[in-house]
Amino acid sequence: MHSNSLDLYCAGASFWHRLDSRVKLIITLAYVLSVSLMPVGAWPAYVLLAGFVFSVAVASELGLWMLVRRALLALPFALAALPLLVTTPGPVILNISVGKWLLPLTYAGLERFLSVAFKSWLSVQMAVLLTATTCLPDLLVALRALHLPGLLVTSVGLMWRYLFVLVDEAMRMLRARESRSAAGKGRSGGSVVWRARVTGNMAGSVFLRGYERSERIYSAMLARGYDGTIRSLPVEPVPAAQRWVAALAIGVLLVLLVLGQWM
Amino acid sequence: MSHYTELLDGPYAHAARAIGDPECSLLPGGTPMHVPDGFLSTWVALLMWVVAIVAVAYALRRVSRELDERRVPLFGVLAAAIFAGQMLNFSVTGGTSGHLLGAAIACILVGPWAAVLAITCVVGTQALLFQDGGLLALGANIVNMALIGVSVSHAVYTSLRRLAGDKRWGTLVASFAAGWASIVVASLACALELAVSGTSPANVAVPAMGGIHMLIGIGEGLITVGAVALLYAARPDLMGADKSKAVENKGILVGGLVLAIVLAVLSPLASSHPDGLEWVAEQRGFLDFARESPYRLIPDYAFPGVSNEAIATIAAGIVGLLIVFGIAMAVAASRRRRGSAQSL
Repeated sequence: MHSNSLDLYCAGASFWHRLDSRVKLIITLAYVLSVSLMPVGAWPAYVLLAGFVFSVAVASELGLWMLVRRALLALPFALAALPLLVTTPGPVILNISVGKWLLPLTYAGLERFLSVAFKSWLSVQMAVLLTATTCLPDLLVALRALHLPGLLVTSVGLMWRYLFVLVDEAMRMLRARESRSAAGKGRSGGSVVWRARVTGNMAGSVFLRGYERSERIYSAMLARGYDGTIRSLPVEPVPAAQRWVAALAIGVLLVLLVLGQWM
Repeated sequence: MSHYTELLDGPYAHAARAIGDPECSLLPGGTPMHVPDGFLSTWVALLMWVVAIVAVAYALRRVSRELDERRVPLFGVLAAAIFAGQMLNFSVTGGTSGHLLGAAIACILVGPWAAVLAITCVVGTQALLFQDGGLLALGANIVNMALIGVSVSHAVYTSLRRLAGDKRWGTLVASFAAGWASIVVASLACALELAVSGTSPANVAVPAMGGIHMLIGIGEGLITVGAVALLYAARPDLMGADKSKAVENKGILVGGLVLAIVLAVLSPLASSHPDGLEWVAEQRGFLDFARESPYRLIPDYAFPGVSNEAIATIAAGIVGLLIVFGIAMAVAASRRRRGSAQSL
């Protein structure tokens, strides 16, 4: 086994897996946009939105636990919103004293902080559901359907293709470094600057190998008749039934948005 | 069970963390710069998407005009190399480690426009496949890391290198400064976006983000120097090749300098006058509930540390600028001395 364990795709044949990648991408983007548009503290709407993502999770047969755990990983960024707790004006719940400062925790601040954290958690869950059920070639088809420039989509595809090769090379370098260097408990040899320079040399050689590999890849592409366009099998249009699924999901999200503004 | 448990427990666990795990990105060695969804207000996120789309479209046009088609696999493979390069870490102290972001090294290796595309691929893939950064917030992340990071490092690298007269050590000093500046200026942009969104007050976000990244930037600078030193020794042809590029890319050079200066001046200002940003947010109705409270319980001067922090940011910015300019001046002076010595 190599670094292909980085691929987060979980194979399956559930309803959500079988949906066309374009439909899934559109629903995901619409969901993230509606979560973002929800006003602060519209808790009933948040619960309904959570219901939406959990229904998709059930339809994907991935298991709620895995989804919840993976989505929690994005939460540390909530640190950035932590000052909201004590800088939003409003009725004070409780004064926290840190050293000589007295930080007033307000209700409005708490509500705003929890809203930001909850909204972020919901969006990440939806993105996890898209990634875990769509393999990259399908995702590239969806990106192309969104009219992303061809060069960019091709680059993402090539990057994914060679990511594992180069990551394996980087892992080999790390292993070589570890096996050749001694280290005490909690101590490392040399100065920080020296270690940084060695790491920099390793990064430089990864870049160099990547650069030279890209030239070889190009020669190989030419040898196979590359003429500037990347050909693939014709992409079939989205089936009518799946169009209805997308329309239904977007309709539900619109209703939730209206409810959220009204509540 | 799932791939995911394998990923967390398997032999590549630390690799998985370095690439896909945002938890790692808040450690001092990582980057708290990939903004997830929910932290930017919708209008900020959409505005940043517009900027990102225009910039990337322009970069695509420039690249397809300037580079031969030999470079077609270059962006993808270079982006993969940046990903892999980000996994190479070194221990700093007490269990924290530093690793590369790569905007500066990509820019030095292939020039600014190709670097914008490569970093866009990296940031986009991180958001789409590893949930490192949000989908709606992707526009902002592309602007911060690909556009601002690359243009600032290009501006710093080219101008310092020209001052040093293409000497080896001048190139190394320039790459350190480029790595450091790209991280710090991008983090300031990120803090301002959070502040305008009303997620994090400017008087906290700017000093905190700027301060952390002034430290992280040192690691980035050192790794960039190491990488450039190796490239200089192994493929001097690649390092010399961008002398001609520097002339063609005057626009992005000036743009990068202007961006760096505007952000370096604007963010301490915003941080000492957060009301300006709050006013913008209020205009858009995002602070409505703040108005609902009939009186302000916390006057601004309730936080004794705040004004000091703002002053500290400005002071730190000035010190940083002085250091960079000091180095540049020293380099220029020694070059002049050498030049006159040669002419004698």
